[in-house]
Amino acid sequence: MQSTKSVILTVKNRNKNRKHVLKAVWKYRYLYILMLPCIINFILFRYKPIYGVIISFKDYKVKLGIMGSPWVGLDNFKAIFAGTSFSTVFWNTVILSFYKLLFGFPAPIILALLLNELKNIKYKKLVQTITYMPHFLSWVVVAGLFIQFFSPGNGPVAYIFKAMGIKPVYFFGDPKWFRFSMVLTGIWKSIGWDCIVYLAALSSIDPQLYEAAIIDGATRFQRIRYITIPSIMPIVIILLILNSGSLIEDNFEQIFNFLNDAVLSKGDVISTYVYRTGLVKMRYSYATAIDLFRNAVAFLLVFISNFIAKKVGEEGIW
Amino acid sequence: MVNLNIIHKNRSKKYNNLVIPATRSERIFDYFNYFITAVLALSMVLPVLHVLALSFSSADVVNMSGLHIIPKKFSLEGYRYILKSKYIWTGYFNTILRVVANTVLGLLTTMGMAYPLAKKKLPGRSMFTWFIIIPMFIAGGLVPSYLNIKELGLIDSRWALILPILAKPYNIIIMRNFFMNIPDSLEEAAEIDGANSIYILFKIILPLSMPIIATVGLWTIVDQWNRWFDCLIYIRDTNKYVLQVVLRRIIFETSVEMIDAQNNAKMAISQEVIKNATIIVAIVPILAIYPFIQKYFVKGIMVGSLKG
Repeated sequence: MQSTKSVILTVKNRNKNRKHVLKAVWKYRYLYILMLPCIINFILFRYKPIYGVIISFKDYKVKLGIMGSPWVGLDNFKAIFAGTSFSTVFWNTVILSFYKLLFGFPAPIILALLLNELKNIKYKKLVQTITYMPHFLSWVVVAGLFIQFFSPGNGPVAYIFKAMGIKPVYFFGDPKWFRFSMVLTGIWKSIGWDCIVYLAALSSIDPQLYEAAIIDGATRFQRIRYITIPSIMPIVIILLILNSGSLIEDNFEQIFNFLNDAVLSKGDVISTYVYRTGLVKMRYSYATAIDLFRNAVAFLLVFISNFIAKKVGEEGIW
Repeated sequence: MVNLNIIHKNRSKKYNNLVIPATRSERIFDYFNYFITAVLALSMVLPVLHVLALSFSSADVVNMSGLHIIPKKFSLEGYRYILKSKYIWTGYFNTILRVVANTVLGLLTTMGMAYPLAKKKLPGRSMFTWFIIIPMFIAGGLVPSYLNIKELGLIDSRWALILPILAKPYNIIIMRNFFMNIPDSLEEAAEIDGANSIYILFKIILPLSMPIIATVGLWTIVDQWNRWFDCLIYIRDTNKYVLQVVLRRIIFETSVEMIDAQNNAKMAISQEVIKNATIIVAIVPILAIYPFIQKYFVKGIMVGSLKG
């Protein structure tokens, strides 16, 4: 009522309306007080850094501050593409992300389909709970666990290799194996957790569909092929679109904890490069420019895949 | 989407009523399925068990290769050693401090924002909602965030681990959605009695919102326990290091300073035993509680997948 009234008043009398708004604001003053801590926090810690991105168009000097530092136009971006170091980390990122998408994206879908076919509910719950476990561990811990387990000297994996007469591989210290190891540990950490969304989609399939199929004499594989998989397709497409931006993203916490000098040629990716140039070598503007470029490309990728998804007749995310 | 378990039970019951003898290929598939899922589950358990067993072993066993599940030559020397180290204790203290501070202050800030946004009549509501949502899609990134903390003079301050992630946009939105489902009539009665919004939030809304508070609170606890990167870049004082960073220095940099600061004892004990014991000390609290709290996390994913 209050708001419709004020709409009418807008037309009639502006001054009166202003009074009205003030009155409404005054009426809700306690709500604004409640919001205040969060608003101040967001301005200081979320919006100020967004404003800080303009240093990618400046030559940032700590003494001069963001405002005082001179504008340099696109010089930082030119410097990125002129050097060779960026193109190495760029391709490292894209190749690693491509493998991650190729193997990591279907993994939880397959697990969800497998779990869905398990008839022993208790066993299913047990497997689910165990596969959630890595989600609750930090990458520091995961890297620690894996480095022990895959240690070429006395780890159990090396032991099996030796027993079979194969020379043990140092999975995390050999550039040839580094990408493989990152894909594997990435799947290991997230497969159980990522599978939840698909399991929810699977359990919302109407059981009548299955009953009708059984009466029609469909085998179990046919039911999976013609009912289960098509039913989860929309959610698969949506997640694929959302993940397409990750082609140029990388998991900093994962790579950073596994990275060592031996594998730098294959393992160094954009985020670790930004960390090194930005915070270690303190080339602030240069590193910020890389970040900005990366975010722009990621956004573009999501936009393009959404467009393609819509073209082929699937539902997009917007 | 509403009640997953019921649908599940119904379905398996109906399957049983329509008995169709499993074909041979179906039975092979079932065996294959049990096998694959068991291998996957083992791959998650074994690395933890291996490190656990080694952490309780004496140094000479650690250098023997192979998989360890039960400690051979039981020994507590690793634990005795690291528990004497000052940094394990300060690490624990700093981690617990950040977990508690972030959870309490974070929940207050999140609720304070979510509750007004749930009021449809609030002037400027959509503007404030956008204000919250925009940072979900655009962020300053590593360097601007770091420079911001530096400019605010928070380097080496514990506040640097608390303030930048105090309230998360996603948490605010799901809490707002929860509040929107609470009937207005409850608050109206209190309003007529002259209670103000702050009183209503804490006395009427809060007791009704325990499920969402538990969910967001537990997310914050686990997230904060596992955070390390902010401490790595913002904190230089080793006394303010959180547990994860102490762990990182011990296992990756084999930092003698971290382990050996307090006990200048001979390094007779193997580095490996120390590493293993440190890993276990850092993960035991999480491993002990995660099976009981996972349902809150699962629920959160479901809430998030519904459009709000």
